[in-house]
Amino acid sequence: MERAWHQIALDVLKANEVRLIPYVPDNVLKPLIAALHADPYFHAFTVAREEEAVGIVAGAWMAGTKGMVLMQTSGFATLANVLASLPCAFQIPVLLMVSERGTMGEFNQGQAAVWRTMRPTLEALAMEHHVITRQDECEFIMDRTIRQAHLTQLPAALILSPLLTGGKAVTRQVVA
Amino acid sequence: MIAAHNLKRMYRFDLMQRLVARLEHEEAVIGGIGNTNFDLWSAGHRPQNFYMLGSMGLAVPIALGVALAQPGRKVFAVEGDGSLLMQLGCLATVAMLAPKNLAILLMDNGMYQITGGQGTPATRADYAAIARGCGLAGAGWAADEADFERQIGHCLTADGPHFIAVKLDDQPPVSQTERDPPQIRDRFMRGMGAKRSKLPG
Repeated sequence: MERAWHQIALDVLKANEVRLIPYVPDNVLKPLIAALHADPYFHAFTVAREEEAVGIVAGAWMAGTKGMVLMQTSGFATLANVLASLPCAFQIPVLLMVSERGTMGEFNQGQAAVWRTMRPTLEALAMEHHVITRQDECEFIMDRTIRQAHLTQLPAALILSPLLTGGKAVTRQVVA
Repeated sequence: MIAAHNLKRMYRFDLMQRLVARLEHEEAVIGGIGNTNFDLWSAGHRPQNFYMLGSMGLAVPIALGVALAQPGRKVFAVEGDGSLLMQLGCLATVAMLAPKNLAILLMDNGMYQITGGQGTPATRADYAAIARGCGLAGAGWAADEADFERQIGHCLTADGPHFIAVKLDDQPPVSQTERDPPQIRDRFMRGMGAKRSKLPG
């Protein structure tokens, strides 16, 4: 049977010894978060804010432990300052996995608006980032992006498209 | 517990010197943005010091990451009051994970000193009470230099996480940290034993 995207992600993280996973929850990431908690290899925990998780992963890397931050698009939008001044400036391979909200069937106008800031921000920071849309490309993109980040000591972001995950969608406007 | 009001206002550089003098086991120290890390630097560079340049509010999270990666090493986060105020949620995370090797030193001068001395909005707040409210049960204020020394000694010998807050006077920092982020990161990684290199450094 074909592995689901979250099983592939778990396998790739393990293969690259990425074990410290602070996250701000997201519905689409739920199966991955559950699998990380269930596997004693990983140390996954919630944090109050995405910025905090970037600091934790940066500190852990400098002391010899690899990590990745999980979040959704709106969480990424809170990060420009700390990404610029910590992983980008100090050349620390902080890895981000962003569940993409705000496009392809979004029902929340706020999410749709903040979605438009994500790619311009990543480009302005000159941060390596890749969008994963297909299951058959998932392992290659995740594995190579993580490896490159570690080898070049530069941060990177993996964006999980609704094309891969199914996203979070409703079919019609709910009127009370 | 000592109340925050009528505490002795101490000199940040003097406290940094007192802290550094007590470190005999390659303890890590993460200095927060601005004057906090400037005075850590001025107290004498150690390979186990990390000086933040930007990312205001992340001294505690960075120290937490170091503490989780190396449970056998004591780690100090030295953070300013305005900085902690930006990232108060991190105290709940520290309390939840409860790393035994982490100590937080809060340097409270009540102002944004480096941007012109404007007051913080925390005129009616008590940082030790906030830390206790987040679950750091032993959090408290240091009454004076002798009490600070005593509490640092406790951090070095007893399991944490610890939280010590101090009231500062308004003296400026002694000098400024050399602003070379990749070099600071490289030296710190060597100091943590996380990187080996044939390049002299």
